[in-house]
Amino acid sequence: MLHIINKSTLGSSTLDTCLNTATGGDILLIEDAVYAATKGNASAAVLQAAMGRFKFHVLMPDLEARGLGDRLIEGVSPVDYGGFVDLTVNNKSCQSWL
Amino acid sequence: MSDAKKFMFVNRKAPYGTIYALESLEVVLISAAFDQDVSLVFLDDGVYQLKKGQQTKGIETKNFSPAYRALEDYDVEKLYVEKEAMEARGLTEEDFLVDVTVLSRAEMGALMDEQDVVLSF
Amino acid sequence: MKFGIVVNEGPYQHQASDSAYLFAKAAIAKGHEVWRVFFYHDGVNNASKLVEPPQDDRHIVNRWTKLAEEHKVDLVVCVAAALRRGIKEENLAQGFRISGLGQLVEAGIKCDRLVTFGD
Repeated sequence: MLHIINKSTLGSSTLDTCLNTATGGDILLIEDAVYAATKGNASAAVLQAAMGRFKFHVLMPDLEARGLGDRLIEGVSPVDYGGFVDLTVNNKSCQSWL
Repeated sequence: MSDAKKFMFVNRKAPYGTIYALESLEVVLISAAFDQDVSLVFLDDGVYQLKKGQQTKGIETKNFSPAYRALEDYDVEKLYVEKEAMEARGLTEEDFLVDVTVLSRAEMGALMDEQDVVLSF
Repeated sequence: MKFGIVVNEGPYQHQASDSAYLFAKAAIAKGHEVWRVFFYHDGVNNASKLVEPPQDDRHIVNRWTKLAEEHKVDLVVCVAAALRRGIKEENLAQGFRISGLGQLVEAGIKCDRLVTFGD
């Protein structure tokens, strides 16, 4: 299953709920959630700790728009909108954690 | 029902502060007419939607919580509350205005994996 | 693959409509079909023909109209949510139609994937 997170992980508990509830699969960070995948962000450690259970992806146009395109942490795969589409195709279902 | 899809409606937001809970319920009621396999789950602040005794006169807003009781008449009977979310808000099953099945996080995650369509509000 | 897309937030206020549009465009570019976009909650405001952004900004409403025309995308606005927010036939932008919530459930049934963009 593909899980889509769109909120800053420091301002919302959405990512935590997703990590605590979901059994595994792909997680795509979009919109304000992309900050979590940047070096030095307090959530980066949370992502790294969950990497055994989940495969993380970040929507690069959103990260670049926010001036942090060069600070992506290791282990998170960058995707463009086409890659976002592929993730939805390759998973049987997807859930936007609104 | 064999060709029915499994639909899950995920409610993670409290009522009244925003309209999501009310408009989510409207979709659920409509979905009942399509003979699909519908589940309704409540996580995080979404569990507050089911709290008994909502009195909305003072905020001059319609109390839509009785509509959760009508779900049964629409054959929407799979209502699930996440145990950890309920407990973190000081609530117990007795606080809810409808019968629900309380699931652990792990059980909730497994249920999500079974779904064909997940709509969250 | 056949896609359904749900947009739950209004234009300009939230990035949801932009993300949904760029996702739809990418899906079409990859040869997929975007069968229906359903606008719900404040998302119904994406269908207002009265929207007038500054000239140097993207025109979110017209962008949806153009996508619908060029790729036969069915743009559906929820009637109950629309009436609450003052969106009616008289101010509905081209390419959109107002219909019931059943259209959202139908998209879930008929599409291979349903992707939601919201807050």
